[in-house]
Amino acid sequence: MTLGFPEILIYIFLSISLIFNGLGAIALHRFPDVYTRLHGATKTTTFGTIFAVISVITYAAYMAHTYPDLRGKYISMALHAVITLIALIITNPTGAHAIARGLYRGGYKPDYIVVDYYGKSLNNKEENSGGADE
Amino acid sequence: MEDAFLLAAIIVSIYGLVVLLRLFLGPTPGDRVVAVDTLNTFVVAVMLLLGAAFKRTIYLDIATVYALLSYIGTLYIARYLEGGFKR
Repeated sequence: MTLGFPEILIYIFLSISLIFNGLGAIALHRFPDVYTRLHGATKTTTFGTIFAVISVITYAAYMAHTYPDLRGKYISMALHAVITLIALIITNPTGAHAIARGLYRGGYKPDYIVVDYYGKSLNNKEENSGGADE
Repeated sequence: MEDAFLLAAIIVSIYGLVVLLRLFLGPTPGDRVVAVDTLNTFVVAVMLLLGAAFKRTIYLDIATVYALLSYIGTLYIARYLEGGFKR
């Protein structure tokens, strides 16, 4: 059995997706801190899932090309995959940012911190607003 | 080729079990929230791959709706964390 070019492309995309999703799952156990875990897990799983969506789109386009009778079904599958991709790209980093912001404002400082510009800017803002009120 | 998608979905589900371990072990609430967020992304990936494996377009719709609803849940929990918690 010889593999065509689209099939090889789909296998490559699936491999990238599996490798990066696995790295994200390992990152949750290997990193020492909540913030580093968030960093490792969110970046890698977003990248890996984007490649899973791309492999599904490639598959749908290939099937639409191979079976012209079912073209409408596979084109609709590709379009729905594109919608899922857009939803994923918008929501995933925003949710991670919201988690990090909530954690920091809830009083959880990173363990291995060197500089803290965000906390400094928060303190400055509170002092300025407090002075203005008084 | 559909078998490859099914195999990929099974492997991502195993990754989800690994993430579930962090959900149970996590020392702080933050760790658990991060684990749930990662698990949501994995569920979306599994839905997509199963949709391609079984040739069902409706699975992709479910993935979209799940991504948006889990985002709303994540935002609610982030707001809740802002009130502070014990380490």
